[in-house]
Amino acid sequence: MKQFLAFVKKEFFHIWRDKRTLFILLGMPITQIIIFGFALTNEVKNTKMAILDFSKDASSSQLIQKMSISKYFDPTTVLLNYQEVEPLFKKGKVKMVLVIPQHFANDLQHGNQAHVQLICDGSDPNVANTLSTYATAIIKDFQNTLVKEQKLPYRIETDIRMMYNPELKGAYSFVPGVMALILMLTSAMMTSIAIVKEKEMGTMEIILVSPLKPFGVVIAKAVPYMLLSMVNVATILLLSVFVLDVPIRGSLLLLLSEGLLFTITSLALGLLISSITDSQQVAMLISLLGLFLPTTVFSGYMFPIENMPLPLQIISNIVPAKWFYFIVKTIMIKGLGFSYIWKETLILVGMTVVLFGISIKKFKTRLS
Amino acid sequence: MSVLKYLLQKEFRQIFRDPSILRIIFVMPALQLIVIPMAADYEVRNINLAIADHDHSVYTQQMVQKIKSSGYFKLVNYSSTFQEAVTSIESDKADIVLEIPAKFEQNIVREDHASIFIAVNAVNGMKANLGAAYLQNIIQNFNNQIRTKWIQFPPIPPQTNINVSVSNWFNPMMSYKYFMVPAVLATLLTLLGTFLTALNIVREKEIGTIEQINVTPIKKYHFILGKLIPFWVLGLVVLTIGFLIMRFGYQIHPVGNMLIVYLFASIYLLSILGLGLLISTYADTLQQAMLISFFLLMIFIMLGGLFTPIDSMPSWVQKLTWLNPVSYFIDVVRMVVLKGSGLADIKNHIYVIIGFAIFLNSWAVWNYKKTN
Amino acid sequence: MLKEKVIIAERLTKSFGDFIAVDHISFEVEKGEIFGFLGANGAGKTTAMRMLCGLSTPSSGKAFVAGFDLFQEAEKIKKNIGYMSQKFSLYEDLTIRENIQFYGGIYGLSKKQIQDKASYLVEHLHLQHFQNNLVKSLPLGWKQKLAFSVAIVHDPAIVFLDEPTGGVDPVTRREFWELIYDASERGITIFVTTHYMDEAEYCNRVSIMVDGRIEALDTPKELKKTYDSASMDEVFLKLARKAVRGE
Repeated sequence: MKQFLAFVKKEFFHIWRDKRTLFILLGMPITQIIIFGFALTNEVKNTKMAILDFSKDASSSQLIQKMSISKYFDPTTVLLNYQEVEPLFKKGKVKMVLVIPQHFANDLQHGNQAHVQLICDGSDPNVANTLSTYATAIIKDFQNTLVKEQKLPYRIETDIRMMYNPELKGAYSFVPGVMALILMLTSAMMTSIAIVKEKEMGTMEIILVSPLKPFGVVIAKAVPYMLLSMVNVATILLLSVFVLDVPIRGSLLLLLSEGLLFTITSLALGLLISSITDSQQVAMLISLLGLFLPTTVFSGYMFPIENMPLPLQIISNIVPAKWFYFIVKTIMIKGLGFSYIWKETLILVGMTVVLFGISIKKFKTRLS
Repeated sequence: MSVLKYLLQKEFRQIFRDPSILRIIFVMPALQLIVIPMAADYEVRNINLAIADHDHSVYTQQMVQKIKSSGYFKLVNYSSTFQEAVTSIESDKADIVLEIPAKFEQNIVREDHASIFIAVNAVNGMKANLGAAYLQNIIQNFNNQIRTKWIQFPPIPPQTNINVSVSNWFNPMMSYKYFMVPAVLATLLTLLGTFLTALNIVREKEIGTIEQINVTPIKKYHFILGKLIPFWVLGLVVLTIGFLIMRFGYQIHPVGNMLIVYLFASIYLLSILGLGLLISTYADTLQQAMLISFFLLMIFIMLGGLFTPIDSMPSWVQKLTWLNPVSYFIDVVRMVVLKGSGLADIKNHIYVIIGFAIFLNSWAVWNYKKTN
Repeated sequence: MLKEKVIIAERLTKSFGDFIAVDHISFEVEKGEIFGFLGANGAGKTTAMRMLCGLSTPSSGKAFVAGFDLFQEAEKIKKNIGYMSQKFSLYEDLTIRENIQFYGGIYGLSKKQIQDKASYLVEHLHLQHFQNNLVKSLPLGWKQKLAFSVAIVHDPAIVFLDEPTGGVDPVTRREFWELIYDASERGITIFVTTHYMDEAEYCNRVSIMVDGRIEALDTPKELKKTYDSASMDEVFLKLARKAVRGE
């Protein structure tokens, strides 16, 4: 046991002395949270749009005014004819053009019917969709203000309540994802690189001859990174609660335990990677492709899994991060207990055991 | 100049002998370009709906039918109790719960109005918003249907109506892939360029070959050019592979002239290779090189408009985008491929990226001079 | 007979903050000499050598290498020296021929010259069967002999060797020194650091550094006489004992 601790201490020194690496490892969760929390969102606001107004009457001005004051749109450009639309889009200056045909006010007054056209830059179909939805809503709203009667007969009123996230904050869905990513990075990637570095430099032999069992050596390498991971989890949670106003509704203890479990799963993954290669460069690239990419894509926090084609959905099931993401969301955001996540926890445990098993076998064969 | 020639000869030989590099250059683009665009889809559909129906009237049947046939929703639970519906939200089986109270139909006809309760799982705010909006839209339409049945409208509709027609340009099938693939390509190039350069140079540092170079008549600029040129060439090769995948795998026919993209990419590569160079002057070990590159690139890429639009970012972040080379490249590729933008349209981008290339490389060279 | 001086060092100093690694050393090396630069670890010999190679800038003092001023004409010096370090010299992922090609080209040899040199080297070192193999497949001793030969491929005035025979068996070491003698006879000056004391005996003159200063500089024979020792080993121990700076 004493030897084990000695090893752990040595590993700590390695990491502690490498201030640059340490700084980045601790700083990454902070930057991610800040970026995700304050910068990344799919919501649209202040979108630059252009107006092509052929009527230039009171009603068209009113409509344009309504667009201006909405937080979604920012009409910056006034066009004179259709030919100007395409070049404007090509320059990327606006995302949408509102076309109001002639006799707008007239049509509304005397015929109770008018047409407008929305031309959207469909490059980003999502944004285009959202923009046209919101724009249509504003136009319909404008339409309603023209309606004489306020209360129509035969009304269905809808009462909507947003659960768990009344303010529709995007933070709720990505904080768990960031946690998974950072844990993957710190536990898996760093550990695998640390082990492989030892192999590459040839100091592995020295360690293997030491009285400590080889597996103990490997675990000793992992311990500091695991501790770093838990520090990162704490950082993420603190930031979420105090900076992003994302609450921890469920049991903190349960959350941390699951975090520890996932750390160990990541560790097992890192071990597996280090058992396959002797080159640091290769270890890094496998980590990137085999860990970072799947975790980002398949965990479900950046893209909804249900939107993916079936084969990808199946693949997402073998990505541990997907299960962890679900677990964290359920505890943190929904505030539910273990009974709701025992299945997923079991899956993670199973994955951990399998990964450890494969790594140990590989290690043994390599050493002999 | 012949010094450079020999240097390049050595570099190219070493690169091609390294199996991991070759694998990365061919496998990584393929993997990323295939997986990410297929997975990345923010479109909101397949919203899981649970309905608690206390009325069971003709109207509720009609409304439910209308909701189901809209294509946005998937009915996962239809029951008579609200509790069951809520449970399905808690277990993530449903995204939205619709509760239809008792006497729904009766109330509409006799009391002139009835209420419906909608509870939305708002963990994913965007999905919740749009989901709720779609649902409301459908219910509104249904409402109008009912009204029309009961009221005969004269030839001029008493109700003012503005007809909105929407046309979407540049992306006829409104496919998210069209949007993602060019951006993923740009990201890919960025990652490869910076990583490979930084790792390559730091590896030399670690092994000690840089010392060897320092004793020879090889000048600093020889050394730097010797590193930049091979990866610059490789970068363009990867770009080509990516284009082929885009053109033949995804059937995305670029509207604009690809040569413009190549031109921009040539200059862009210089700037991100310069970034890799710069990072290598600050990193002593491979581990550090990788972490620093990863850290910086991650920030640049996330803020570059790959997944979420720059326009949605708060204005202070948007201003920061001006300092982000990746955003320019993503922009250019998307604009040229999807909209057919020309040189004139992107001339600002070109000026900026030239500036970056000069800045980053100068900084890197200056740093090299300092450490002997 | 005035022999040309290929290295002249005058009060050469290197300090890192308060720590003076090399303390105002002065010495001269003649053309064709095999000059041994000895010292315990931490004595400053590697630092001193790095300065002479242009790998590190002196804090003060003057030096002339191959007739060029260390401070003003560093670039010219580089063209006229060779270097081989213990850590590395050859690119492991290139073949023997490719390494020769690279270094020859860097130093400005013509294609024909490179060809000739390559053939000569391969024959001389009996590496015909391996010439198209990657260097990493060679055993250590052969790598080192090859590294030395490549270091002098351009017939430099001086070649600096930093502990070149580390980790190699005595027979190979002996063969290595044969190459050094050959080079010396051709007029190449050899500046070699080592801590194998028997190798010190092979040198024309030896200097011993202790705590950053040169404590002794003479032929091995004279040193043994002066310090009343039977071997260079003893001489070294007597001097090293005085050292304040440990490892």
